[in-house]
Amino acid sequence: MINSSLKQFSQMLAKKEISSVELTQVFLNRIDSLNPNINAYIALDHAKTLAQAKAADARIAAGNVAPLTGIPIAQKDIFCAKGWQTTCGSKMLANFIAPYDAHVITQFDNVGAVNLGKTNMDEFAMGSSNETSYFGSVKNPWDFDRVPGGSSGGSAAAVAARLCAAATGTDTGGSIRQPASLCGFTGLKPTYGVVSRYGMIAFASSLDQAGPMAKSAEDCALMMNVMAGFDERDSTSLNREKEDYTRDLNKPLAGLKIGLPKEYFAEGLDASVGKVVMDAIAEYKKLGATIVDISLPNTGLSIPVYYVLAPAEASSNLSRYDGVRYGHRAAEYTDLNDMYSKTRAEGFGAEVKRRILIGTYVLSAGYYDAYYLKAQQIRRLIAQDFVEAFKQCDVIMGPAAPSTAFKAGEKVDDPVAMYLQDIYTISTNLAGLPGMSVPAGFSNGLPVGLQIIGNYFDEARMLNVAHQYQQVTDWHVQMPEGLA
Amino acid sequence: MALSIEDIKKIAHLARIEVSESEAQVTLTKLTGIMGLIEQMQAVDTTGISPMSHSQDVVQRLRDDVVTKTNERALFQQNAPATADGLYLVPKVIE
Repeated sequence: MINSSLKQFSQMLAKKEISSVELTQVFLNRIDSLNPNINAYIALDHAKTLAQAKAADARIAAGNVAPLTGIPIAQKDIFCAKGWQTTCGSKMLANFIAPYDAHVITQFDNVGAVNLGKTNMDEFAMGSSNETSYFGSVKNPWDFDRVPGGSSGGSAAAVAARLCAAATGTDTGGSIRQPASLCGFTGLKPTYGVVSRYGMIAFASSLDQAGPMAKSAEDCALMMNVMAGFDERDSTSLNREKEDYTRDLNKPLAGLKIGLPKEYFAEGLDASVGKVVMDAIAEYKKLGATIVDISLPNTGLSIPVYYVLAPAEASSNLSRYDGVRYGHRAAEYTDLNDMYSKTRAEGFGAEVKRRILIGTYVLSAGYYDAYYLKAQQIRRLIAQDFVEAFKQCDVIMGPAAPSTAFKAGEKVDDPVAMYLQDIYTISTNLAGLPGMSVPAGFSNGLPVGLQIIGNYFDEARMLNVAHQYQQVTDWHVQMPEGLA
Repeated sequence: MALSIEDIKKIAHLARIEVSESEAQVTLTKLTGIMGLIEQMQAVDTTGISPMSHSQDVVQRLRDDVVTKTNERALFQQNAPATADGLYLVPKVIE
C-alpha cells in the first residue's frame, strides 16, 4: 500500500477503505521504525500530525474533499510551519518555533493535507549531499553508505523509502532534481515565481524555488495544483491564472521535439549514467519524439556564476541571524559586535560560513564589477542560450546529475568537487526555467535521473512528457529492497 | 587576485563571523579553491551585455496603503534570546 500513487491514496480515502488517521499512522509507524537509521526527518510531532488527520477525516465525512485531503506529506524544514520547530538544518535556528505558516504550508492546510513532519536538509540549503546539516547526515535508502543528494536530502530519502506519500523541496541550484536523481523519484523545480517564497527561509532569493518531490509525474502534478499560485506576500510571486497541472498528462508525444545539449554529454559525465539517459531518449523516440542536437555553450560558466550570485545573495539574506530577535546567541561576549561575531561563528557551520565570506568578498568595495556585475552579465548569456535552444525544440533532456549517489564523506572536504554535482541543474535556476528529474533506470543498483528542462511556464507539458514515459516504464515505482 | 590571510580576516570582520588563526588558514585554502573556480568568468567578453538580476522582467507591485498586520509581538518574542518589557535586549552600546 505504501507504494500507492496519490490518486490511489485519495480513492482509498474517498471509498472509506482507510481513514486518514489510519493512513497517517501507517507512515508514522514506518518513520518510527526506519527514521532513527535514515535520519530523513528532524522534527516529528505525532499528536499534531494525527490531529490534522482526524480533521481530514471529518472533512471527508462531510464530503468536502480535495485531491490531497487526508494525505500525509513531508515538509522540508525550510518552510515555516506555525508551532513547529523550523531549523533550516542549522544550529542557528535549532530552537526556533515558527510563529507563522509559509504560503506552501497554508496551501496544504487549506486542502486538508496532513503534515507528517519536517525533513532534514543541508544547512540553509547549502550543499549537495545533506552532509552540512547540523542534525546529521541522511542515508540514501538505496545504499546506506551513500548520500541522498542535497540540499533536500531528507525529503528525498523520505520519498525513496516511502516514509511519506510525497514531499516538498526547494531548488536553488539543483536541490530538488539532484537528490531526485540520486534517490530515484520524480522531482520538479517550477519556473521561478510560480510557487510563493513567503515563509520559505531565504538562501539566494533570485534563484530559490519550491517544488514537489514525489514518486511519479502525476503525483507531482497533483502537488503543483496545491503549491502553485499567486501570493501577494512574495514580491516575486507571479500573478498568473490558476493552472491545472494534470490537464495535459494524457496527451500523446508524437511530434515532440527533444533537444539534446552536447555540453550535457561531454567530459565529466559518468559513462554509465550517460548510457541510462540515452536509453531513456531511445524510449522517447519509440513514443514518437524526434531528437534535435542543440548547444548550450555557456553551461560550464553556470557554476562560477552561481558561486558568485548565490553567496552574494546569501551573505545579505543571512545577515539577519544576529542573535537579537531569534535564533542562537553566544553565551559570552564583551560588546555588541563581539556578540554578533561569536553568535554567527557558533551558529553557522563551515559551508555556510564559506559562502557568507565569498558573498561578502565579491560584494566588497573594489570587487563588485569584477565579480558580481560580471556574473550578472554572464547570467544573461546563459539565459539567452536557452532562448535560442527553445527555438529548435519543445523540451531539453539530459542527465540531472553527473554521477549516481556518491559515498558519504567522499566530497565533503572538497567544496569545488561538491559544487560540480550541480553542473546540469544550476543553469536552469539562473535562467529561471522549470526543470525536473525522472527515474530512468539504474547503474550498479543505484538510481539515475533523466532531466527534462522546459520553457517558461511549460510545467504541464513537462509533466505530460514525464507521465507518458512512466506509462511505458516502471522505474518510478521501484523501491529499495529490504524497505518494502 | 590571490586571497591573503589579511583578506580573510577583513571579510570575516565585515561578515561579523569570528575566525581563529587556525580557522583563517583553513578558510584561506578553501576560499582560494572556490575563487579559482570563479575566476573562469574573467575569460568571457561581456562588453555591452546588460546584467541580469532576475529571470522575470516584472516591476514591483504596489498595494493599497492599508493595515495588514496585527500586533503579534508577544508571540514573536518567544523566539528571542533576551527580552524585557516587550523590548529586545542587546549589550550596552552607549556608555
